[in-house]
Amino acid sequence: MTQVLFYLILGVALWVLGLHGLIRLHQPIRRIISVNIMGSGVFMVMVALARRSEDPDPVMHALVVTGLVVAISATAFALRLAVTGQRSEEDRE
Amino acid sequence: MIHEWLLDGSLALLILTLAVAVLYVRSLYASIVLFIAFGLLLALIWARLGAPDLALAEAAIGAGLTGTLLLAALGRTPVSQRAEPAFSGARQYVRSGPAVVLSLLIFWILLQAVLPLPEQSSAVVRAAEQHLDAAGVAHPVTAVLLNFRAWDTLLELLVLLLAFMAVRQLLPSLPRAPEAWPLLLGWSCLLAPLIILIGGYLLWRGSSDPGGAFQAGALLAAGAILLRLTDLLPAMGWHHAWVRLLVLGGCAFFLLVGLFTHWLGAGFLAYPEGWAGPLIILIEVAATLSIAITLTLLVIGETREVRG
Repeated sequence: MTQVLFYLILGVALWVLGLHGLIRLHQPIRRIISVNIMGSGVFMVMVALARRSEDPDPVMHALVVTGLVVAISATAFALRLAVTGQRSEEDRE
Repeated sequence: MIHEWLLDGSLALLILTLAVAVLYVRSLYASIVLFIAFGLLLALIWARLGAPDLALAEAAIGAGLTGTLLLAALGRTPVSQRAEPAFSGARQYVRSGPAVVLSLLIFWILLQAVLPLPEQSSAVVRAAEQHLDAAGVAHPVTAVLLNFRAWDTLLELLVLLLAFMAVRQLLPSLPRAPEAWPLLLGWSCLLAPLIILIGGYLLWRGSSDPGGAFQAGALLAAGAILLRLTDLLPAMGWHHAWVRLLVLGGCAFFLLVGLFTHWLGAGFLAYPEGWAGPLIILIEVAATLSIAITLTLLVIGETREVRG
């Protein structure tokens, strides 16, 4: 088994772990963390694929850097939505 | 050979254990702290896989800023809503059966999709290498980000701006941060100039070595958040003209360069020969400042918010 294959499988495993968390967990912050772990799995697959050639593939790396910033934007928005939702739920009670 | 596998194996074991712990540890606070550790370990793995750019970005953005965001959200969650309903009751393990079966099935399907991939090689690596001389910067990742695929980067800045605009529309009001303790104050005074120095260095080195606008922007944002939390930095918000200028400046300058090159006849964001280097540096400076301010405002919010 090569290193590329090893990290490819690890990435898929992380993604599936995150998915399992997303299905099972209900607390909004925990769900957002699960999605972030799924994202990390996707990044790991991409970085492993970048290792296929002798020099790492710069296009994949650039895509993952872009992905990281998009992930934190989405996380910030999701967390704000989650907190707002909790607040209004509390108001109703 | 065996040493390398020992390293890879322990990294994999650690990351999987941490992922499981993050998801299923009982206390939400512990889960967030473990998530920060998860991010740092992931940064180590990126370094191991020959991606130092990503290691820097992951440590600053994935672990640091996301961790701060999560902790801030935890602080604003009422205690009654922090508990995870799935963890109560003895039948939780029975009920998780279908989810485990489904996950294993999806794991198997995805493996079938992923396993043949190492055999295929991608043509873009060679294409990127061939055109690197004309890119204006020597570091391939920066060349891809700001020259070959500048469109992606422009749109990514737009996504960041969009997220910031969306967050501004939602319930503001921050609880006042507690008084900073003296050691934190002292450290912040020491760290702040260093962070600015390292941020500038990362930005400058980005043209020839790992580093660049995103890493520098995230680092500067981390410094600003630290200073803001210790109250060493005055409040900043959308109502300040300079904040608006810097936040919009990244996208605006990028778009202007695109229109300018289009007007010159080279095509949208296709830099004319000889101009690529200076233009990329200018775009990176504008993008760094824009990313730094936007991330800061995303994480700490604004103190005087939109009301009405």
